[in-house]
Amino acid sequence: MQPFSRFTGLVIPLDRANVDTDAIIPKQYLKSIKRTGFGPNLFDDWRYLDPGEPGMDHGKRRPNPDFVLNRPEYQGGEILLGRENFGCGSSREHAVWALTDYGIRAVIAPSFADIFFNNSFKNGLLPIVLAEDEIDTLFERANRGDGFKLEVDLEAQEVRSDDAIYHFEIDPFRKYCLLEGLDDIALTLQHADEIRAYEARRKVEAPWLFTHP
Amino acid sequence: MAGKTLYDKLWDSHVVREEDDGTALLYIDRHLVHEVTSPQAFEGLRLAGRDVWNRDSVLAVPDHNVPTTNRDAGISDPVAKIQIETLDRNCRDFGLTEFTMDDIRQGIVHVIGPEQGATLPGMTVVCGDSHTSTHGAFGALAHGIGTSEVEHVLATQCLLQKKMKNMLISVDGQVGPGVTAKDIVLAIIAEIGTAGGTGCAIEFGGDAIRALSMEGRMTVCNMAIEAGARAGMVAVDQTTIDYLEGRPWAPKREMWERAVVQWRDLVSDPDAEFDKIVRIDAAAIEPQVTWGTSPEMVLPVSASIPDPERESDPVRADGIRRALDYMGLEPGQAIAEIAVDKVFIGSCTNSRIEDLRAAAEVAKGRKVADSVKLAMVVPGSGLVKRQAEEEGLDRIFREAGFEWRDPGCSMCLAMNADRLEPGERCASTSNRNFEGRQGQGGRTHLVSPAMAAAAAVTGHFVDVRELAR
Repeated sequence: MQPFSRFTGLVIPLDRANVDTDAIIPKQYLKSIKRTGFGPNLFDDWRYLDPGEPGMDHGKRRPNPDFVLNRPEYQGGEILLGRENFGCGSSREHAVWALTDYGIRAVIAPSFADIFFNNSFKNGLLPIVLAEDEIDTLFERANRGDGFKLEVDLEAQEVRSDDAIYHFEIDPFRKYCLLEGLDDIALTLQHADEIRAYEARRKVEAPWLFTHP
Repeated sequence: MAGKTLYDKLWDSHVVREEDDGTALLYIDRHLVHEVTSPQAFEGLRLAGRDVWNRDSVLAVPDHNVPTTNRDAGISDPVAKIQIETLDRNCRDFGLTEFTMDDIRQGIVHVIGPEQGATLPGMTVVCGDSHTSTHGAFGALAHGIGTSEVEHVLATQCLLQKKMKNMLISVDGQVGPGVTAKDIVLAIIAEIGTAGGTGCAIEFGGDAIRALSMEGRMTVCNMAIEAGARAGMVAVDQTTIDYLEGRPWAPKREMWERAVVQWRDLVSDPDAEFDKIVRIDAAAIEPQVTWGTSPEMVLPVSASIPDPERESDPVRADGIRRALDYMGLEPGQAIAEIAVDKVFIGSCTNSRIEDLRAAAEVAKGRKVADSVKLAMVVPGSGLVKRQAEEEGLDRIFREAGFEWRDPGCSMCLAMNADRLEPGERCASTSNRNFEGRQGQGGRTHLVSPAMAAAAAVTGHFVDVRELAR
C-alpha cells in the first residue's frame, strides 16, 4: 500500500444519507476477480441513464447530467463529501476499490457504516468523521460549484479550507499504518509464535473447534 | 466487578494479544468463503507466497452467482462462470473444503454453515459477507469482513479488531400468531434505525427471542447488520443444543458432552452491564412491510405511506421524497393497496425449512394471483430443498403456481439471471430494499415468508392474519 500523504483536493458533494454499497458499486460488477477497473462503474445506477453490464464500453453510455460526478465543476475531485451512515450495506470491498479507482482519496461524512469504514483503511482511503454542523458548512461551500478545495493532513488530523480548520479523530494504529503504507498481514505474522501458542492452548480447552469431518 | 456479557466472553476467549490502545489480534475459528469476495484474497496470498494458516477452519461454497434453474447445463454467464471456477481452483490449490455447485450440500453460505454444524457456540466466525451476523444465533461471535480481511484471516487465522460496544435488545413478552422472526427484526430496525447498532455487538434477548426456533434466531441475527451492527447474537440454550446434535461437523460422543458443558455458559451473566439497552414489546409487533429504499423505512401492514412534508429533519424528508419517487408510491397510500409484480421467497434471511413451511401454509390450496408475473421459491441449500420435497412443500408451491428453484442467493441481490426489471415491484423475503438491489430500477418490499406468500396469492400486500385458516 502507498503511504498516505498530505494533499489538496476538489470536494464532490453527494448530498444524501445512507449511501449503501449497492449504490456505490452495483452487483453486476462484483463478478470481476480483480481489484482494479471499478472506477467507471462507481455509482453506476445514478451516474448513467442506461443500464450497465460488465465488459461494456462505459465511455459510450449515456451519462446522467444531473448526477454530481458528471457535472463539469466537480471533475477531477478527490474528496467525497457525504451524509450519515455512509457505506452501509454489504461488506463488498469493491465499494472502496471503486472509489479509489475513480480517484477518491478521502470521504468526509458525519458517520460511516462499520465494515466500509474498516475496508477503507485497508486500501489507503481515508474516511474522515466530522460533526453534522461542520458537514453542513462544507456542503454549503461545495454546492456552490466554484472549485472548493480542502487540504487533508492526516499527520495533523486536520482538514483545512482557505478560512477554516477542522480537526478529526482517528485511531492511532490506523493512522500509523496509513502514513507508513504498512501491510497488516506482515505485521500480524510478526506475532506468529503467539498465534501458535494460543492455538495449542485452545486445542486442549476446546478441541472440537479444530476437528474436521 | 460486573459480570460479563455473552460478547465479552466470546471476545475474551479469542484474544491472542492486545496492544495498549485496545487493538487486539482476535483468533478466528471458522472462515466461510464464497466466490465473490475471495478471488482477490487468494490472488494476494499467491503474490506474497503465503499459505493458508489453518485449512480445516475453511468451508467454501459458491452461492451468489449460481443459476437456480437448469443447473445441469452449467453457467451461461461467462463472467460468473469464471468467478465460480476461480473459487473451485483456489480451493483445490490451497487444499480447502468446498461444496461445489453439484453437491447436494451446496447452498447459501449462511444456511449451510449452521446446517452442517460448522457453526458452533463459542466460535468466532467470519465470512466476506455482511450477513455473517446470522451465525451469532448460536452464541458465536460472527461478522462480515472485507476482502483484505479475508486474505488476512486466510494468512494468519486472526483479525485486527477493537472491541465493540455491548448492546442488548430485549424483545419482551410474546408475539401474536402470524407474527414471525422477520417481523420482529424489521420492527427492531424501525425502532433503532439502520445506524442504531453501529459500533455495537447486539445481543438479542427477551422471551420472544427465547421462544424462537434456531431458524427464527438466524433470521433476527441475519439482519443485525441492517441495524448497523456487524454482529448480532443470541445466548445458548436447549434450543441451540438440540439443533446441533448429530450434525456432521458437530462434536461427537465424549467431545459432545464436554462441549455442551462449556456452551451452557455462553449467556450474559445476570449482573453484566450493557452500554445500551433497548426494550421492545413483542405483543405490539404486527406483520411488517418496508415501503422505501432503506430497511428502516418499514411500517406495519395496516399503516399508510408517510408524508415527507410532515418530517421536520430536512435530510430525512429528502430521503423520504427520494424513496417515494424511486418506489413509485404516494404519501397516504395504504400499504395493503400496493400491488406486486413478483414474489421472491429465499435468501440467507428466509430460505430455511421453517420459512418454506410458513410460506407453504399460506400457499396451500390457493393460486398465485393472475396479476403476479412471477412467484419463486429458492431454498437455502440442497438439503433444505430435499427436506422440503420430502414434506411435499414443493408440490404445494407448484400447484399454487410458484416456481421451485435450485439453491443460491438468487434475487436477493440479482447477481445471477433472477432479477427485477425496471419499475417492477417485488414482495421479497430478503434483507435489503436498496435502490437497484434486485435489479436496476426494481422496487423491493421486505416481508416475512408468510407475508410474501400472502402477497403472491392476493396480488397485493395483505395482513397474513386475515388469510388464517
